[in-house]
Amino acid sequence: MLGEILDFSLAAILIWIAWRTMATPNLFNAVVLFIAFGLLMTLAWVRLHAPDIALAETAIGTGLTGALMLDAVAHITGKRGRRRAGRNPS
Amino acid sequence: MSAVYGPIRQIAAALAWILGIGLIAAIVSLSRPDFGLAQLVEAHLEQSGVRHPVTAVLLNYRGYDTLLEIAVLLLAVLGILAFRPPGPATIPDAATDSSPVLAALNRLIVPLIVLAAGYLLWAGAHRPGGAFQAGAVLAGGGVLLRLTGTIPSFESPNAWLRVCLVVGLGVFLAVAALPLFEGSRLLEYRTAEAAMAILVVESALTVSIAAILATAFIGAAPPRIRCLSPSRPAHSAEGERAGQS
Repeated sequence: MLGEILDFSLAAILIWIAWRTMATPNLFNAVVLFIAFGLLMTLAWVRLHAPDIALAETAIGTGLTGALMLDAVAHITGKRGRRRAGRNPS
Repeated sequence: MSAVYGPIRQIAAALAWILGIGLIAAIVSLSRPDFGLAQLVEAHLEQSGVRHPVTAVLLNYRGYDTLLEIAVLLLAVLGILAFRPPGPATIPDAATDSSPVLAALNRLIVPLIVLAAGYLLWAGAHRPGGAFQAGAVLAGGGVLLRLTGTIPSFESPNAWLRVCLVVGLGVFLAVAALPLFEGSRLLEYRTAEAAMAILVVESALTVSIAAILATAFIGAAPPRIRCLSPSRPAHSAEGERAGQS
């Protein structure tokens, strides 16, 4: 019973976070939500008795992809900031 | 980002809904297969050389898939390296203002990461774990070291890194081709040698996966991460260029 409640709330939160990730306009917030989604997905894999996939999800889906996406966001926003900074004095 | 308005947007939404509902209907209507593949896997587990069904599937029964996977990973990182903008990194490598807490934490965590990766690799034979997880954990350690400025960025991978990148695919191909000389088919290990073959392949795969994933992060582009860089010179140079043009 307790397990089922946990499973259903996990599924609901996963869908909600997935929606928020797609809908949020701020890129940085979207990446943070994506990482949170990955961590909860890990819990879901553990609940499905698939620890292999849970490990891979944490390491790749959350860790590496999250780092890469944060890097990409830094690239994008950094460029914008510099363009503005370049425009203002001229 | 260009916004699409009008009827195109509604048509696209309708199509997306139809596709989604169709997919759900298709999944629901799928009949469950009567025979479980799990029983088949269990039945032949003794011949596979390992005691964990997932590892047996990945490296013995369906070794072909894993072989192509590592090839795809290698191609992906080659693509990433090929799309690198030329020229050296504009940001100095070592973080000049790295805090002592960060450095101490690094010294504590990175050896643990290496230990965990080694455990995952070894444990893959009889419990959840394996080359992919071990490699990913190692690559996480590499990303951590890069973010704290302990290991430098590079313009092009040196000889050691190149060896690490290809050793997984190379060793896997060699081990896969060995049965050909003995008259059997590709990837058809003999039961007696299967355990050794899988261990060798997994070790090489761990090194390669770690190198590939870390290179995908480190080698993607010259780093422009704020917390690492004083980055004043880069900014002022850009400003001058913008002013001139």
